[in-house]
Amino acid sequence: MIWSGLLIYWAYPIYTAGPIHFFPQSLFNALHMNQRLADGMAMHFFFMWLFVINGILYVAYTIWSGEWRLLVPQSFSAFRDAWYVVLHDLHLRHEAPTQEKYNAAQQISYTAIVVMGIGSVLTGLAVYKPVQLNWLAGLFGGYAGARYIHFFLTMGYCLFFIVHVVQVALSGWNNFRGMVVGYELGNENE
Amino acid sequence: MSDRRRTIVLPDADARRELRRRTRRDFLIGGLVAVGAIGGYEWVTHAKDDNGEPWPQRRVMDFNGKLAHSYLSNDHLMPTFRPDQIGHLKANGDIGMKQPLDPSKWKLGVAMGEGDPSLMLTLADIQMLPKIDMITQFCCIEGWNQIVHWGGARFSDFTKKYFQPGANLPKYVYMATAGEDYYVGLDMKSALHPQTLLAYEQNGAPLEYDHGAPLRLVIPVKYGIKNIKRIGLIRYTDERPADYWAEEGYDWFAGL
Repeated sequence: MIWSGLLIYWAYPIYTAGPIHFFPQSLFNALHMNQRLADGMAMHFFFMWLFVINGILYVAYTIWSGEWRLLVPQSFSAFRDAWYVVLHDLHLRHEAPTQEKYNAAQQISYTAIVVMGIGSVLTGLAVYKPVQLNWLAGLFGGYAGARYIHFFLTMGYCLFFIVHVVQVALSGWNNFRGMVVGYELGNENE
Repeated sequence: MSDRRRTIVLPDADARRELRRRTRRDFLIGGLVAVGAIGGYEWVTHAKDDNGEPWPQRRVMDFNGKLAHSYLSNDHLMPTFRPDQIGHLKANGDIGMKQPLDPSKWKLGVAMGEGDPSLMLTLADIQMLPKIDMITQFCCIEGWNQIVHWGGARFSDFTKKYFQPGANLPKYVYMATAGEDYYVGLDMKSALHPQTLLAYEQNGAPLEYDHGAPLRLVIPVKYGIKNIKRIGLIRYTDERPADYWAEEGYDWFAGL
């Protein structure tokens, strides 16, 4: 979705951070991503179905299995704890707050990513059908506003992805194996 | 809340062996799933070409178009804007307009079904229809948009002149420039939408050459690519008409 989104974005790449373009023309040229708007749209509106179906299945599973209780922060103290987790991970704080399966920072990011996913679908629909769904586009400040939010949600995923992969790498093989296999070695009396 | 983590208690060596076995199994499954996903992606992006895109993507594009067509309604209108929001519209395409225009010689051919046009109209014929003024957003498929004040006749009023009330209308409309260098296909529902105009005025003045003088289509329920300039031919037809950009990989429906 991000790749095909960039092929579409190429045709009107207007967003900047101060004077810096998010994706300069030279980058598109280097990756042969220029002049491929039609390809991008065809792919985007193909894979959107997988994105939506996958999202629905994931949320349905967390509800059905009860996992959502571990994923969704259960009180406002999660925000304070999440901040402590960040300080701890940056080696600025000695102790990490107590946690269950996921720490407070994970709970907030994993919940936020689902909310962002819903946001991407809604802003995406608003950009895709701004006349038929003009009430929806109106919620996001119209066609241009929805396009803007849609773009920056994607930048948010990129940030999430980078932090996520770095954190997995830092936490080591045993944890990564645990993510895939579902079990870790431990002592019986722990 | 109960701890839902499952615990398996085994002697040390057995636990290590069991975990190794599960690791092998799960990484193998994960690897196969990843290979399958890459294979699926390669197929979807490299399958046989159908009008500029691999056929699975073309198939889904047409399905999305059908879905959007079923939701399309005359009650779903593009919001209209205030005069102070009007901006400068970029003139993006000139296909079919490379020959200089002689306004005195321009005629609009209208064909019922295949074959030659049965009617040749002048701009005055269009201007006899009730004039509609509207300030709407023009959305280019590239992603930019501009607010424009258009003046012209509703395509639905135009169509009413040539078909008896209650008559079965053809399913599609085809519009082309005089030499058919540029052409668009439209579903009848979009063509008859109350905001679809045969426009001859832009921002209060007659249409300029590079915006499609003397007569262009303004269809806010479609992307800019369907808003054909300098129309020379309108054909009512039951066959899904050819469309210039749909042959270049774009969506035939291209609805907003």
